[in-house]
Amino acid sequence: MAEHENIIQVRNLRNQFGSQVIHDQLGLDVRKGEVLGVVGGSGTGKSVLLRTIVGLKRPDAGTVRVFGQDVASLEGEARKAVEQRWGVAFQDGALFSALTVAQNVQVPMREHLNLPQKLMDELAAEKIAMVGLPPSAGPKHPSELSGGMRKRAALARALALDPEIVFLDEPTAGLDPIGAADYDALIRQLKDALGLTVFMVTHDLDSLYAICDRVAVLAERRVMVIGPISEVSTHSDAWIQEYFQGPRSRAAAGAVARATS
Amino acid sequence: MTSGFARFETQETAEGGQINLSGPWTVRHVGEHDSALRAIASSVSNTPRHMQGRVVIDLSAVTTLDTAGAWIVHRTRRDLAEAGADVHISGADATQSGLIELARESDQPCDVEPDRGTVLEAIAERMGRAVVTLVSEVVAMLNMVGLVLAVIGKVIVRPRTLRLTSVVSQMERVGLNAVPIVALLTFLIGAVLAQQGASQLKLFGAEVYTVNLVAISMLRELAVLITAIIVAGRSGSAFTAEIGSMKVREEIDAMRTLGMDPIAVLVAPRVIALVLMLPVLTFIADIMGLLGGGVVTYFALDISPQIYLQRVDAAVASNTFFVGLIKAPFLAMAIAVIGCLEGMRVTGSAESVGERTTSSVVKAIFTVIVLNALFAIFFTAVGY
Repeated sequence: MAEHENIIQVRNLRNQFGSQVIHDQLGLDVRKGEVLGVVGGSGTGKSVLLRTIVGLKRPDAGTVRVFGQDVASLEGEARKAVEQRWGVAFQDGALFSALTVAQNVQVPMREHLNLPQKLMDELAAEKIAMVGLPPSAGPKHPSELSGGMRKRAALARALALDPEIVFLDEPTAGLDPIGAADYDALIRQLKDALGLTVFMVTHDLDSLYAICDRVAVLAERRVMVIGPISEVSTHSDAWIQEYFQGPRSRAAAGAVARATS
Repeated sequence: MTSGFARFETQETAEGGQINLSGPWTVRHVGEHDSALRAIASSVSNTPRHMQGRVVIDLSAVTTLDTAGAWIVHRTRRDLAEAGADVHISGADATQSGLIELARESDQPCDVEPDRGTVLEAIAERMGRAVVTLVSEVVAMLNMVGLVLAVIGKVIVRPRTLRLTSVVSQMERVGLNAVPIVALLTFLIGAVLAQQGASQLKLFGAEVYTVNLVAISMLRELAVLITAIIVAGRSGSAFTAEIGSMKVREEIDAMRTLGMDPIAVLVAPRVIALVLMLPVLTFIADIMGLLGGGVVTYFALDISPQIYLQRVDAAVASNTFFVGLIKAPFLAMAIAVIGCLEGMRVTGSAESVGERTTSSVVKAIFTVIVLNALFAIFFTAVGY
């Protein structure tokens, strides 16, 4: 029954660019309904892992199974069906610049479903409100929005088809601390309300402490350790020690401790 | 994957009515019921009698509900309530109630597209914008010409302020590297001109005037015009793209904060290089055009190279040659200034670089042709 629990299964994954090996024998399980934070130093292939899981990059070896299906071997309709069950929010939004925010949110509905225009307009407005954007953001083009608003708009587009998994690439990078905290709260709230599984590449220690159920650390071309942050942060590896026991991390952990006490 | 179909049915009850939903109410299934549910609660006058008392929306047979389904449930409840009904939702589990509550909180209509006003307003707005843009562009171009001339003036007073390396490197890129394409194209144009001219003039037995046709039209007009258009397409666009992508990466701003003048560092060397090189390219184009004409007349009309050169010499006075050449620096100035100016006007996005590059080429070619026509009028007027 493990397949039902593990919504994403990565086995023996190998990724390389030329002679440079990024991942080797990498294994990772993501459980249904959890928020998984993926961390690692620069160049450890966090984003590459995300891109491999959603099928933007073919693995050089190994398998990636999402919803129990091998992503790399999916084609045509089967692939479309799986793609409708996940949503991806890229680092700077990757919104289509020729369309307004509301039209961006409608793109997946228009592409995959046959909904009346009026309903699509309402659903787009609902998604825009859900991610905490004001109604005035709907008719704006992405270039007229701030970075934080673009990230929210990207999330609204990722949520357009009510996916089961949401992939977030550096969701809080470039946001001010208040904006980042708001975004964290939003993810948590949506996750609880919609029963989402969230796969999040992040460097934001506050996010890790605030919303991640488990944290996976990428190092030495594999997932070195995965588990709740309290376990991971006590791992003996030098990089992990430096990462989680550094001054910034202590501050983040302290803030969470104060908030929960 | 949830299977089955979303369904709903209405029934009358003692107090009012009931709407029973069943099956998966998700974004994939709700589309077909949207208008039917909308119609039930469309307006007070149209709402069926039994939907005006106590109405229960029953979700107990719903297998899955997502935000789209929750939205429709919420909207139906809202519309019925507005039509005067006392609406209750029953049979929803905790998650479903949560989703409906989320839909209620997210009930915040927004526009999909910016308001464009009526057609007449839009036409007036566009025309107004076009006029303002035209004026501001002319002003910006004159401004840029002034700034560049100021830098050049400084260089003349103090030659050491010239960024020689940059100028020479640009001269190589816009001049030397353009020689093959300019040479080939003008050779072909000279050849085609001679071939067409010969076949027409033969009708009058005046094929020997083919040489006059080629020599005068190439030297006076075509060589410089073709060269300027090639250079606008190849170097003007490059100027815009280079300066534009520097603008996107904030390199221009960085330059200013370091006390460097972007006009002196980026624009002036490009303008100077092009003003120096376009006459050289035009000269090469003159020669290649004549060569192309010569080759065709030799094969088509049996005019030997000696005769050809004699005829050219007879047809062309030195002023024909200089009329062509003298236009080159002015056209170069226009191309370079437009290229750099469009680069400076790039804003933020990569999309804007593409837009500006296109506009740079179009404007440069337009300006080149208009200037050339003005020169033609001028030279005719002064009888040169």
